[in-house]
Amino acid sequence: MGNLLEIKNLRKSFGNHLVLDDISLAFPQGSATVVIGASGSGKSTLMRCINLLEELSDGQILLEDADISTYGINLDSVRGKIGSVFQAFNLFPHLTVLENITLAPQLVLKKGKAEATEQALSLLKRFGLEDKADAYPNLLSGGQQQRVAILRAIATEPKVLLLDEVTSALDPVLIAEVLALIAELKADGITMIISTHEMGFAKRIADSVIFLSDGKVCESGRPLQIFENPQTAELKNFLGALHEAGRL
Amino acid sequence: MTYSPSPLQLQREEAKRRASRRSTAIALLSTLIFGAVLTVIVVNAQGFSAVRESFFNWHYAQKAFPRIFDGILLNLRVLFIAEFFVLIFGLAIAIARTTTSPVLYPVRLVATIYTDIFRGMPLLLVLFLVGLGIPGLRLSFVPNSAVFLGTIALVLTYSAYVAEVIRAGIEGVNPTQRQAARALGLSHPQTLHHVVLPQAFRNVTPPLLNDLVSLQKDSGLISVLGAVDAIRAAGIETAQSFNFTPYVVAGGLFVLLTIPLTRYTDWLIRRQDRAQKAQGVF
Repeated sequence: MGNLLEIKNLRKSFGNHLVLDDISLAFPQGSATVVIGASGSGKSTLMRCINLLEELSDGQILLEDADISTYGINLDSVRGKIGSVFQAFNLFPHLTVLENITLAPQLVLKKGKAEATEQALSLLKRFGLEDKADAYPNLLSGGQQQRVAILRAIATEPKVLLLDEVTSALDPVLIAEVLALIAELKADGITMIISTHEMGFAKRIADSVIFLSDGKVCESGRPLQIFENPQTAELKNFLGALHEAGRL
Repeated sequence: MTYSPSPLQLQREEAKRRASRRSTAIALLSTLIFGAVLTVIVVNAQGFSAVRESFFNWHYAQKAFPRIFDGILLNLRVLFIAEFFVLIFGLAIAIARTTTSPVLYPVRLVATIYTDIFRGMPLLLVLFLVGLGIPGLRLSFVPNSAVFLGTIALVLTYSAYVAEVIRAGIEGVNPTQRQAARALGLSHPQTLHHVVLPQAFRNVTPPLLNDLVSLQKDSGLISVLGAVDAIRAAGIETAQSFNFTPYVVAGGLFVLLTIPLTRYTDWLIRRQDRAQKAQGVF
């Protein structure tokens, strides 16, 4: 398996505050990588750097061996290849579920309306949301909204899907809905980078786990190794805290 | 699911009904008393019959009506043309003011200066400057008509107001919406067109319509340039009869003109309130 996405010596600072410090990572085609770490460890910033919503302070990001972090690159065409889903769903409130999903395929991939609609409806049907196609987002539950947001992201047929704490705003029942959808997409072979606090899910779905601490990759490896045999004091502390909070 | 309310709830509802009947009665009574007092004061005023004769004379009202009606038709024409261009220019200026690209800095600067000037200058002054100044240039390709120049002055002033309202709408759209659109690969113009502007307009429809109502009545100010609109027509009639009723007639027509849009605005605001309540705290 070749590397679909590669990060080399990435640094990101806000003013004098170094948020990501010399991050180098590789994401093989079809893999699911889970990023864990305490709040403020740089998980979200890492995600926002990958889809170029933040400008890098140093380093490189390669997508299919092409440098997408070059200054002056066409950001729109790169972002079309990277699907992003956010914690707060960010659905477009003035558009129906169907219109939310078909907007980007029509505008970015230049698909016809009929084709985009057909594709969106089959996605909605597959994930049991077909009866919500004509509903506006504010009438949906949080779990439904987040599932629609994920479908909206994959409708543009991205090379890689970024899921940034997509279940953090949901209750346990809704979390299960969303995680089931993500597991299905993983089975489809979509390359994913997931930041989450759901450790049980991370164990089940991850091909590899990355533990960020203070903006550095503190530890990384197979899920079993990370969760059962932590090496560093930081990871041991983090897992210990999760255990005490009953989340592990 | 049906259920029969408990005696406690029935009692509560009965008390609510009693309270509401009581407040209706109080409102009615206070309106009657207020109206009666006002009528007594006005009718017993020393000059009442003279005022009634010179402002509310049915004979002169009938006589002046056709001419004033023709005038109000001119106001309507001016109004529609002005509203059309005000919305276009207002939108363009608002977009110009919210761009961030360095290439567009001069555009942004011009748009800012424009709104500063025309929002601050009294409309009457703009009318005089445009209506008397432009003909003074003796440009052969500019029609020297009071209606044309008056409309330009209205458009100049109101575009500045409307631009500020639309700009507020654009800036009121949550930045995460822009971000989500950009993350999907939409370009900047696509994001503006499909995601930001539809939400912006929704947010500012009531204040926008308020500005248009205001433009409707201010269309009467083009009479100062000599255009024979409703106000000017009323002035001509008054000059002939020395009776002020024609002004009252013109005033009434302007009110009638603005009422549909005002009611529509109210209805729209109520509907938005309801929609937001349905959404809960968000």
